[in-house]
Amino acid sequence: MAIPTYAGKLERTWYYSYRIICALIFLFLIGPILIIIPLSFNVQPYFTFTPEMLSLDPAGYSLRWYEEFFASEEWMRSIKNSFFVAICSTIIATSLGTLAALGLSRPEMPYRAVIMSILISPMIVPLIISAAGMFFFYSSINLAGTFLGLILAHTALGIPFVVITVTATLSGFDHSLTRAAAGLGAKPTTVFFKVMLPLVTPGVISGALFAFITSFDEVVVAIFIAGVEERTIPLQMWGGIREQISPTILAVATLLVIISIFLLTFLELIRRRSERQRGLAPA
Amino acid sequence: MANTYSKVGEMTTNDGVPLKVSLRRSQRKLKIWAFLLVAPLLIFILVSFIIPVVNMSLRGVENPQVQTIMPNVTEALARWDGVELPDEATYAALVTDLTMGRKNKNIGKVASRLNYERSGMRRVISGSARKAVKLTQGPYKEQMIKINKSWGDVAVWALIKRESGQFTYSYLIAAVDYKTNDQGEIVAKPENKQIYKALFGRTLMMSFTITAICILLAYPIAYLLATLPLAKSNLLMILVLLPFWTSLLVRTTTWIVLLQTQGVLNDVLVWMNIIDEAGRLQMIFNKTGTIVAMTHILLPFMVLPLYSVMKTIPPTYMRAALSLGANPVTAFIRVYIPMTVTGIGAGSLLVFILSIGYYITPALVGGQSGLLISNMIAYHMQNSLNWGLAGALGFILLVIVMVFYAIFNKVIGIDKMKMG
Repeated sequence: MAIPTYAGKLERTWYYSYRIICALIFLFLIGPILIIIPLSFNVQPYFTFTPEMLSLDPAGYSLRWYEEFFASEEWMRSIKNSFFVAICSTIIATSLGTLAALGLSRPEMPYRAVIMSILISPMIVPLIISAAGMFFFYSSINLAGTFLGLILAHTALGIPFVVITVTATLSGFDHSLTRAAAGLGAKPTTVFFKVMLPLVTPGVISGALFAFITSFDEVVVAIFIAGVEERTIPLQMWGGIREQISPTILAVATLLVIISIFLLTFLELIRRRSERQRGLAPA
Repeated sequence: MANTYSKVGEMTTNDGVPLKVSLRRSQRKLKIWAFLLVAPLLIFILVSFIIPVVNMSLRGVENPQVQTIMPNVTEALARWDGVELPDEATYAALVTDLTMGRKNKNIGKVASRLNYERSGMRRVISGSARKAVKLTQGPYKEQMIKINKSWGDVAVWALIKRESGQFTYSYLIAAVDYKTNDQGEIVAKPENKQIYKALFGRTLMMSFTITAICILLAYPIAYLLATLPLAKSNLLMILVLLPFWTSLLVRTTTWIVLLQTQGVLNDVLVWMNIIDEAGRLQMIFNKTGTIVAMTHILLPFMVLPLYSVMKTIPPTYMRAALSLGANPVTAFIRVYIPMTVTGIGAGSLLVFILSIGYYITPALVGGQSGLLISNMIAYHMQNSLNWGLAGALGFILLVIVMVFYAIFNKVIGIDKMKMG
């Protein structure tokens, strides 16, 4: 894409203006997320930069919103709840989803298209409809307002991501490897654990990360199903933004951005490792 | 090897089973195995997701209140011709049902059900129930009409008869701003009471707008990402993926912080003297706010499919077009863009499907003018408690989404979708 030396004036102008347009779009994408980070250190309860902050005066900055956040029992409980619900639903979604993906990727699988669209449906159906439907369902079996209900509901929402990522990994899987292992005398379980699993693990892990973030970030279903005891971080934020937006929310938001940076890095490392393993990228 | 050929020309396995049969048997075994692997998840999704969603939509046509709480009236009205007032027996049934309903404390359900169809019915039913308890002997017809003159109105009886069935279409027609009039005909609601058609229209319009803006913004950067060297594009890709992985509420909050009247953007504009202190722009809690925030949230869903299509286009095609004499613009429009149509299609359908059912962002930054149909469903679920109407609206929304999803599946195929 480097500009050739023979480029004319018009081409040069276009080249640079195209770059500027792209830079602006990238700014639109990332700017809003970055801007809340310094704002969360504001000493004043405002959502904008104070003159002290702009002059980089240390007095303009403080950790008071973080202190408030860590001192709040409600927020602490919501953190615990969020991790608990997300981890539990990730485990269920990943194990069931991986099993199903293994079945779906077999060439003998009957009615594949229909089953696939059923398993994907929680991703397609508008969340408000899913939430309302699940609310009636879990109320009818007395699971509304319980952790179990919330975990199962989030599991359903996370499943499509696991199924999609794991089937995608398996679609590139060379089945002659398992046949070779079996031909060399390995038992089916050995074949699975020693040959198949190591190769699909990256797909399973990224599916699990998707399931985790889906539950960790989910609010619509939580609004309907979670009671006061089960409030998660997003639910707490939702309440906070609707009633009176306090800068504590910006502190929480900053922490969540840091969590997503971690998740993203982790996912990227897995992707690279898996590409190396499959010989798709130079080591 | 003695029994490898049991009959002439037919191959068998060692134990004498014809090869065809044996193959079919082992194939069936594999099929069952594959299915067993999928079964737990399939059952889980069917029970905890599909059936609840179908049930939710069915609420849009179910009509149990009158039938179950007023069984005697339902039965009596089945024989009624609907021309003149019903007979004494029907009024007696009415008194029985109202008394029972009051005793069981569920007459209020009928009252609110009928009130959806005709305002004032709540008072008619509840008030009459309170007084009907005191009636001891007939004839009931005059006494009931004395209690409330609505009972002397054929239209009221016609309404009860119409809503005494197990199913009703009244929620569905209400969801598209129609109603049944006193003569039992389906007519449009008065102009000033029509809200849902406009809301569906607005939802579709805003989804189209957001999709279009997403195409415009995603195309240049996807092209840049696809043509830059891998090391650089991987780095820039983080700028797309980080928002993708960041909490929805964080991204919505950040737009409130940026766009509100005392927010960062307004401050910058005031500081740059583009606007004065009094002229701060209202950029959020309206349609603009919803469109900006949702475009930001959904943009990665457009960039990623576009990028993966553009990645497969060899740069030689463009060079060939240029060397054959096309100017860069023509080459781009006639050669490059047509090759990215699948990417545009995939991204657009994805963004469109997601935005049409969006709830959280419009609820937080939409104010009044930026609300979408999902917000109305939530309102009927949580505030007005008119679950039938919520079900009908949900059903219509679901059908719209399914149509677009079917197109998506037909054109692109869900299993080709990649994430991250």
